[in-house]
Amino acid sequence: MSGPNDSYDPKEVAALSDDALSGAVDAGAAAFAAAADLDALAEAHTAHLGARSPIALARRELGALPPQARADAGRRVNEALAALTAAYDERHVALERDRDERVLIEETVDVTLPWDRAPAGGRHPLTLIQERVADVFIAMGWEVAEGPEVEAAWFNFDALNIPPAHPARETQDTLWLDPPEAGVLLRTQTSPVQIRALLERGAPCYIAVPGRVYRQEALDATHSAVFHQLEGLAVDEGLTMGDLRGTLDALARAMFGPEARTRLRPDHYPFTEPSADVDLECWVCHGTSTEPGAEPCRTCRSEGWVEWGGSGMVHPVVLASAGIDPQRYTGFAFGMGLERTLMSRHDMSDIRDLVEGDVRVTAAMGREA
Amino acid sequence: MLAPLSWLLEYVELPDAPARDIAERLTAAGLQVERVERIGEGIEGVVVAKVIAFEELEGFKKPIRWVTLADGTGERQVICGATNFAAGDVVAYARPPAQLPGGFRIDAREAYGRVSDGMICSGRELGLSDDHTGILVLDPALQLGSDVVEALALREDVLDISINPDRGYALSMRGIARELATAYGVAFRDPGAVAPPPPGRGYPVTIEDPEGCDRYVAVSLEELNPSVASPGWMQRRLALAGMRPISLMVDVTNYVMLEVGQPLHAFDLEKVNGPIAVRRARGGEKLRTLDGTNRELDPRDLVIADDSGAIALAGVMGGEHTEITDATRHVLLEAAHFEPTSIAYTSRRHRLGSEASRRFERGVDDALPRVAAELVVSILVDLGAAQRTHRSTDIDNRSLTPTIELDPAHPGRIAGIDYPYETISSRLTDVGCSVRERSGAFDVTPPSWRPDLRIPEDLVEEVIRLEGYSNLPSTLPRATSGAGLTREQRLRRVLGRTLAGAGYTEVLCSPFVDAASAERLQLEPGDGRVPSVRIANPVSDAEPFLRATLLPGLFSALVRNVGRGLSDVALFEVGPVFRSPSRVPAPVLVAGKRPLDAELLALDAALPDQPGRVAVVIAGMREQSGWWGGGRAVSWADAVEAARTLARAVGAEIVVSADHHAPFHPGRCAALAVGGELLGHAGELHPRAIEAFGLPPRTSAMEISLDVLIGAAAGVTAAPTVSSYPAATVDIAVTVDTAVPAAALEAALRAGAGPLLEAIRLFDVYVGEQVGSGRKSMAYALRLRAADRTLTVDEVTAVRDAAVAEAATRVGAELRS
Ligand SMILES: [Zn+2]
Repeated sequence: MSGPNDSYDPKEVAALSDDALSGAVDAGAAAFAAAADLDALAEAHTAHLGARSPIALARRELGALPPQARADAGRRVNEALAALTAAYDERHVALERDRDERVLIEETVDVTLPWDRAPAGGRHPLTLIQERVADVFIAMGWEVAEGPEVEAAWFNFDALNIPPAHPARETQDTLWLDPPEAGVLLRTQTSPVQIRALLERGAPCYIAVPGRVYRQEALDATHSAVFHQLEGLAVDEGLTMGDLRGTLDALARAMFGPEARTRLRPDHYPFTEPSADVDLECWVCHGTSTEPGAEPCRTCRSEGWVEWGGSGMVHPVVLASAGIDPQRYTGFAFGMGLERTLMSRHDMSDIRDLVEGDVRVTAAMGREA
Repeated sequence: MLAPLSWLLEYVELPDAPARDIAERLTAAGLQVERVERIGEGIEGVVVAKVIAFEELEGFKKPIRWVTLADGTGERQVICGATNFAAGDVVAYARPPAQLPGGFRIDAREAYGRVSDGMICSGRELGLSDDHTGILVLDPALQLGSDVVEALALREDVLDISINPDRGYALSMRGIARELATAYGVAFRDPGAVAPPPPGRGYPVTIEDPEGCDRYVAVSLEELNPSVASPGWMQRRLALAGMRPISLMVDVTNYVMLEVGQPLHAFDLEKVNGPIAVRRARGGEKLRTLDGTNRELDPRDLVIADDSGAIALAGVMGGEHTEITDATRHVLLEAAHFEPTSIAYTSRRHRLGSEASRRFERGVDDALPRVAAELVVSILVDLGAAQRTHRSTDIDNRSLTPTIELDPAHPGRIAGIDYPYETISSRLTDVGCSVRERSGAFDVTPPSWRPDLRIPEDLVEEVIRLEGYSNLPSTLPRATSGAGLTREQRLRRVLGRTLAGAGYTEVLCSPFVDAASAERLQLEPGDGRVPSVRIANPVSDAEPFLRATLLPGLFSALVRNVGRGLSDVALFEVGPVFRSPSRVPAPVLVAGKRPLDAELLALDAALPDQPGRVAVVIAGMREQSGWWGGGRAVSWADAVEAARTLARAVGAEIVVSADHHAPFHPGRCAALAVGGELLGHAGELHPRAIEAFGLPPRTSAMEISLDVLIGAAAGVTAAPTVSSYPAATVDIAVTVDTAVPAAALEAALRAGAGPLLEAIRLFDVYVGEQVGSGRKSMAYALRLRAADRTLTVDEVTAVRDAAVAEAATRVGAELRS
């Protein structure tokens, strides 16, 4: 590029000569016309209309001309530029039309082809339901507590007010570590975590405990020696059985939908007083199957309710075992089988499908629902 | 507990209420009615008929009778396979077209060469009893042709109630009827409200163990009339309640037990030697019980004994020697009260449950023994089987029922409802308590049949359940604000999601393993993964140990899936393993008292280690072949990558090195470390392990410590400075000895390149003639960038040279020309 110079005649600046300008227009137009596709056109655009193209360089020379020469030269450069741009635009429109009407059609593939190249994984439905219930309680301001699966009998029985003579301790119900006199067992319920949590945290205490438990059972369609429970425990000043009921209602609605209804029925558990069984209104027939002459219901065996779990107000002995003053604090607790909850929710009839690890079960059920 | 409704209604003035409503109300009060059996339903066209004559048909394998019946309309002839009837007997005749329970239609049909015009029914066919050995022979006074259902009053609803262990009183019509009366708010007539005559000097009895037995009533009944049988109504009630009628004495004692809940036992008085003693069994003492089993008694067993030794297992079962028979003329009737725990232990020790032990275990009304004995005597006298004159002994060491002080606000505080004083007092009275109100509190004395009522909370439950759980409010407590999931809980979720996203399917394997699983895994003795935590009473004797590694369970699950035709399987499990059983037993601590801190530590010290682990196993094709091209078989690298993927997900950095570790292939096993700590191992399995577990060839696996990984997870990291200056890329190809691990070479290149290195990636490994034997060529792409400037060509060259120089120093790398 030349420096400023007042005396130059624009015709003497080579880039601004008529020849040069018309040459640039001709070369550009030829290149645009020769571009076979949009990519080639873009390249030609860079060469003939880009920042380093002859026409761009010519434009830059204009600034160096004396004002009297600039008008004429500017007009000629603009004419050349307009001609080039028009040639480009014309070709661009043509090529775009060609791409849209021909090339894209020719590139058509079968988008229904499967792409099962990588395996699909999944999480176990029992893991998901444990997380689901944990989330329900987290949302209520509770926390999730855990404890060991191999547990001392004191936590699993004594502290829960299950007396030494209670049949639940027998070898036909409880799996004991060898030697049994050592007082160590595979926890038969998630309730020992109640004691551990209370000892650790004191009151007030609001915890949910999903976890694995063990019983002396042979595997069949509805029994497994290894299964999962959800335990809930709330200890605070002034907690009532109404609070227990409301909490169970909230859990039922979260798990089974807004229509879910629960029923409390007197029962007996050593660790609660009063104690109540929790029934869930049949989510299939909503109790209609109990009417005389109605269609029988397989889910609730036409009883209208399905047993869900046990619950009650924490027994004072249990609170005292964990160092909580039963005069000051009350609490409620509940527990339910997660396999049963899951099987209910998914209309599943054989518990073995959950314990055998067949990937087809997880493939079908191992996702949020 | 089976309770015929008509029996209950004898004690409750209940207006006509449908059985379903009764069942619902009892269930709401805590006596769960499992179902209502509708006896006599579905019987149509069965009438009373008389056997006129019969002919024995010959030539069949069993006796067959061709019977002529009179049914009030004329004569009918039927085939009958039973022989327990004679001409003149009155029977139940299903006259076509008839219907029997279960929807069985009876029409005339051909049998044994004749056309049988219907059939004669057995008790079982009518749903009356389990007896199918013969047909039902009826009362000859019944009118011929009348409907059997009406003539026998067959229609009956029987409630099947499951009784909770704390409600022993409900194992009787008396107890259930009381609840029924309360449920409907109607009057209750107590069958136990009889006034027995005062005891006299009856049969000599001593109680040597007053703790095991605080009450013993013995009644001598002499000169019984052996010709009296138990009446039909009693047999029917026993059958409806699920008990088999046996003999007069047994039936009457069972009847009274069902009626009021007091178990009774009848000894043959002539076979009892000397005075009765209630005591613990002596060492080596034996007893042959009524079920014909010879039993070695345990010194903890409570027995009834005479001079000859034990004659009954107290509260559980009588002995065979003193059993009453058809020939028995004199009976010693026992009505006693035994301590529940002792009975429970004995019953379990001998694996012997009985109607008596079931009741004693749950607690029997200790005021009943004399009442029940009197009820037995009255029935026997009424039936003409016994005389009024009898002698009875009553040894009574009962303790006083303590009074419970109840704060009247307590039930309402627990329920979340305000109960008026009168409600509380009347509900407790319904239960049978005596309630005395004094300033600001109730003094409550529970009735003798409710030994389960001991603390104020027990009374609270009675009030709330009778006021109805369904009337409780539904409120939500205001929980203290929680902190959400713990970091560990969140990271565990991340791990599960990461593996699922990487194509692994989660399984929850059985934690029970056999000892030989250690050999199949090729483990050396002393390896922590050898099963060592043993179950005393395993579910299966073949698998008495708890797993010490997740791998065997995953291998079984893999084999099962492959066996079901799924050849490309990638599984994972997250869970605890069990190692290092404790040598110290757990201390024995009491309930209701917080253990000392040292005691809590001792409890935990009695437990084995239960560390969390994550493992994967993978076999078959990792990538399928398809229209896109070829597939890729699983390899050791996938297993290592699973660990890397997990570490990346939680922000931990894994250092991989070669290792020899069972059950892995010695040349294809990676030790994985984070922060200098061993995380676990990954690689292809050893062919011997593959064979031992029956796995597909080249199966690969990984197992790592959950705790170590989570411990190494990144905390909150400071945000990086993201440079907007352009990057410079440069490739480096070097040759090294084949033994040099890629990880070591990369570490050297990284160190040499210094802080300008943004990323490094191995893009080619080449072994062949061009690099010479014993050497391999490794090609890396480096991306360099400075935070504050565009790098010059000279700077890029300097970084490259420094990287190569460091690699040359550390691992003998040579730049490939
Ligand atoms: Zn239903």
